[in-house]
Amino acid sequence: MLGKLSWAAIPFDQPIPMIASLLVMLTILAILLLVTWKGWWPYLWSEWITSVDHKRIGVMYILLALVMLVRGFTDAIMMRSQLALAAGGAQGYLPPEHYNQIFSAHGTIMIFFVAMTFMVGLMNFVVPLQLGIRDVAFPVLNSVSFWLTAAGVLLVNMSLFIGEFARTGWLVYPPLSELAYSPGVGVDYYLWALQISGAGTLLSGINLTTTILKLRAPGMGYMRMPIFCWTALASNLLIVAAFPILTATFAMLLLDRYLGFHFFTNEAGGNAMMYINLIWAWGHPEVYILILPAFGVFSEVIATFSGKSLFGYRSMVIATMAICVLSFMVWLHHFFTMGAGADINGFFGIMTMIIAVPTGVKVFNWLFTLYGGRLRFDAPVYWALGFMVTFVVGGMTGVLLAIPPADFVLHNSLFLVAHFHNVIIGGVLFGAFAGYTFWFPKAFGFKLDERIGKAIFWCWFIGFYLAFMPLYILGLMGATRRMQHYDVAGWQPLMLVALLGAIVILAGIVLTGVQLVVSIRTRDQRRDPTGDPWDGRTLEWSTASPPPAWNYSVLPAVNGLDPHWEAKKSSKSRLQDGPDPKSIAVPRNSPIGFVLAFFAVMAGFALIWHIWWMAVAGLIGALMTILAHAWRVSDEVEQIVGSQRQRAAT
Amino acid sequence: MSTHAPTRAEALEVPLSERGPAPRNVVVSFGFWLFLLSDIVIFAALFAAFAVLSHETAGGPSGDDLFDRSRVLVETAILLASSFTCGLMSLAVEQRKLVPATAWGAVTFLLGATFVGMELSEFHGMIESGAGPDRSAFLSAFFTLVGTHGLHVSAGLFWLLVMFAQVLTLGFRPMVLRRLRCFSLFWHALDIVWIGVFTIVYLGAH
Repeated sequence: MLGKLSWAAIPFDQPIPMIASLLVMLTILAILLLVTWKGWWPYLWSEWITSVDHKRIGVMYILLALVMLVRGFTDAIMMRSQLALAAGGAQGYLPPEHYNQIFSAHGTIMIFFVAMTFMVGLMNFVVPLQLGIRDVAFPVLNSVSFWLTAAGVLLVNMSLFIGEFARTGWLVYPPLSELAYSPGVGVDYYLWALQISGAGTLLSGINLTTTILKLRAPGMGYMRMPIFCWTALASNLLIVAAFPILTATFAMLLLDRYLGFHFFTNEAGGNAMMYINLIWAWGHPEVYILILPAFGVFSEVIATFSGKSLFGYRSMVIATMAICVLSFMVWLHHFFTMGAGADINGFFGIMTMIIAVPTGVKVFNWLFTLYGGRLRFDAPVYWALGFMVTFVVGGMTGVLLAIPPADFVLHNSLFLVAHFHNVIIGGVLFGAFAGYTFWFPKAFGFKLDERIGKAIFWCWFIGFYLAFMPLYILGLMGATRRMQHYDVAGWQPLMLVALLGAIVILAGIVLTGVQLVVSIRTRDQRRDPTGDPWDGRTLEWSTASPPPAWNYSVLPAVNGLDPHWEAKKSSKSRLQDGPDPKSIAVPRNSPIGFVLAFFAVMAGFALIWHIWWMAVAGLIGALMTILAHAWRVSDEVEQIVGSQRQRAAT
Repeated sequence: MSTHAPTRAEALEVPLSERGPAPRNVVVSFGFWLFLLSDIVIFAALFAAFAVLSHETAGGPSGDDLFDRSRVLVETAILLASSFTCGLMSLAVEQRKLVPATAWGAVTFLLGATFVGMELSEFHGMIESGAGPDRSAFLSAFFTLVGTHGLHVSAGLFWLLVMFAQVLTLGFRPMVLRRLRCFSLFWHALDIVWIGVFTIVYLGAH
C-alpha cells in the first residue's frame, strides 16, 4: 500500500535533521495559521497563487530563491564548521553519511533552486518591461513553470524529514548513484525533484525566448534591445538547447535504477563515463545560463549609474552570442582526467581559453563605460564593482584549470571548489543582488534601505574572500573536496579562517532579512512617485512603480537604444502616442500551475517511495487538469485603466 | 510622429523586426517550434547514447540477430503515409471542411495506431525471447530510443483524439486551429525522427 515508506523513514535517531525539520514545519505551520487568522487566503489565491502576471511570478521566483538561499547556506556553514573541527584524529560532529548528504544537498540547492531560480525570476520580471510589452508570450505557461519549480523545491525539502537525500555529490555520478551502491531513496529524491523542476525551467526558457524574438514594442529592432534582454535571450536559448540533455540523462539513470537497464552500470556493457559526458554537455552551458543574465544586470547597472550609454553595445552583443555558442564546446574540461588522450584534452583546453576572450571583451566594455562617467555610488554599483574584481580573479583561476596538466594536479581539490565559488558567488550571486537592489523599487514602488544594502555587500565581499582564498591555498597543499575529516593538523588554521568567512557571510544573509523588514516598515519615506528612481535609461523606468497589470497602457514607440533616456533628454514627456484606452484586456488568472504542481509532487513522491497506485493517480490528475484547461475558452479579461492605476498608487 | 494608423504600404517599409508584437498565430507556432527543437535535443542525447552503446551486447544478441528489416520497412511506410494523411487533414482544416478533416484525421489515427501496435509486438517478441532492455547496454539504448519515439507517437494519438473532441465541441475557432497546426508540426517532426531511427538503428545494425 505504501511501497517502501514506513516509520523507519523518519530520522528519529538523528537529532540534527529531526530538529531542523521540526523547526521548519513549525515555521510553515505558524505562517499558515497567521495567513488564516488574518484572512489573507482570498488575496493570496487571487493575486499571487493563480496570478499569471509576469511581474508577480518573477517576485515569487525571487522569494523562493531567497528562502532556499537560507537552506543552502545552512548546509554550507555546517560543512565549514565540521571541517574547522575535524582535524588530526578528530571526527567533528557530522557522521560521514550525513556529511555526504549535506554537500550533495548544498550543491543541488544552490545551483538549481537559488542561482537558477533567482535568475529566472529576474528575467521574468524585467524582460517584458524592458521590451515595452504587456506580458510574456504564454502567461499561463509561465505560472506552470514557476509552480513546477516550487514542486521540485518541496520534494528536495521533504527529503530532510522523510527518508534521506543523495550522498553522491550534486551531479549524482554513476556507478555510485546506481541501485547497487545507492539503494536508498536519496538519489530518487534528487532525480524526480530535478526532472519536475527541470521541465518547468525548459518551459520557461521556451516562453522567454519566444517573448524576446516575437514580442517587442514597435520600433525595437534587435540592435535596439536593452543588453539585459540580449543576455536573457542567450541564456534562454541555452536553456532550450541544454535542459533536454539533462532530462534525457536523468531519464536514463532512472531507467537503470527502476527497470534494471544498463546505461551506466558496471555490468552488461554499461558506460559510466557516458553519463559524465552527457551531464556536462548540459552542465557547462548551465554555467553560462546562470552567468549571462548576471552580465546583463551589471551592464545595465554600470551604464545607468555612470550616466552614459554602454560602451561597445555591438561588441557586447557579439560577445554574448559568442559565449552562447562556445559554451557547448568546452564540457570535457570538467573531466580531463577521464583519459581521453592528449589531443582531445588539448582541444578542450584551448576552447576553454578561447571562451575567456569574449568574457574579457565584456570586462573592458564595462571599464570603458565607467571611464569618463560620473559614477553614483548607490548599492547596486557596489555589487558591480565588487563583481569586476572578484570575477576576474575567478576567471583567471579558471583559465589556469583549463591547462590539462595543471588540471591533473588540481582536479577534485579544494582549489577547484574555490574557483567555482569564486565565479558563482562573485558573478552570479553578486549579479542577483545587484539586480534585486536595482529593480526592487520598480516592483514595489519604494527603495530598499541604502545603508543596510551596502553593509550586506561588504559582508558578502569580505566574507567571500575570507572563506575561499584559504581554500585555494589548501587545494594547492593537497586538500581534496568532499572530505569529512583530515589528518593534516596544519590545515586547521586555514579551515578556521574559512569558517570565519562563512560567519561574515551569515551576517550578510541576516542583514538581507533586516533590510527587507526595515524598508517595508519605513516604505512611506522611501516612496518613489516618479517610477524612475535611478535616472534610468531603458523602457521599464518609463512606466509607474509598481507598474499596472498591463505594464503600458499604450505600447511605447522605440526609435533607438536607451529610449527612456533619450526621451528625458529631449524633454519629451512620454514615449507613447495617442490617449490611454478606457480598458485593456489582460490575461486571465488560472489555478492550473498550482494544481499541476500538486499532482507533480504527488506523483514524484509516489515514484520515490514506489507507491505505484499513487503515482498513477498523480499522473491522471495532471492529465485531467491539462484537459480541463484545454476547454477554457476566454483567455483574457478587460480591466478598466483608471481604477487599476489608482490601486497601483495605494 | 504621425498619429494616424500606418497604412499597409507604410507598414511594409518598416523592417520586420521593428513592426511590434507579432500576431498570436505566429507566436504560438514559433513557441511550438522551439518546443519541438528541445524535443529533438532529447532524441539527440538518446541517439548519442545508442551510438556509444550499440556494440555493447554483453554476449547477448546484436541488432543483426534481432531486427526484421522488411517488417520495419512496412512500419516506416505506414508512418510516412500517416504524415501524408495528416497533411490532407490540415488542408481540409484550412478550408474549414469538417467531414474531410475528420475523415483524414481518422485515417491518420488508424495508421499511427497500427505503427504503435507493430512496434509493441516487436518489443513483445524481443522481450519474450530473452532480449529485453535489461539484457545488455545495447538493448537498453535500443528500447529507450525506439520506445521514446513510440511514446511520442502514442502521445500524438491521444492529442489527436482530444482534437476531435475539441473540433466537435468548440468548432474551428482560432484557438482550436492553432492547436491543430501545432499537432501537425508535432506529427511531421516525429516522422523526421523516425527516419533517423530507421537509418541508424535498423539499417545500421551490425
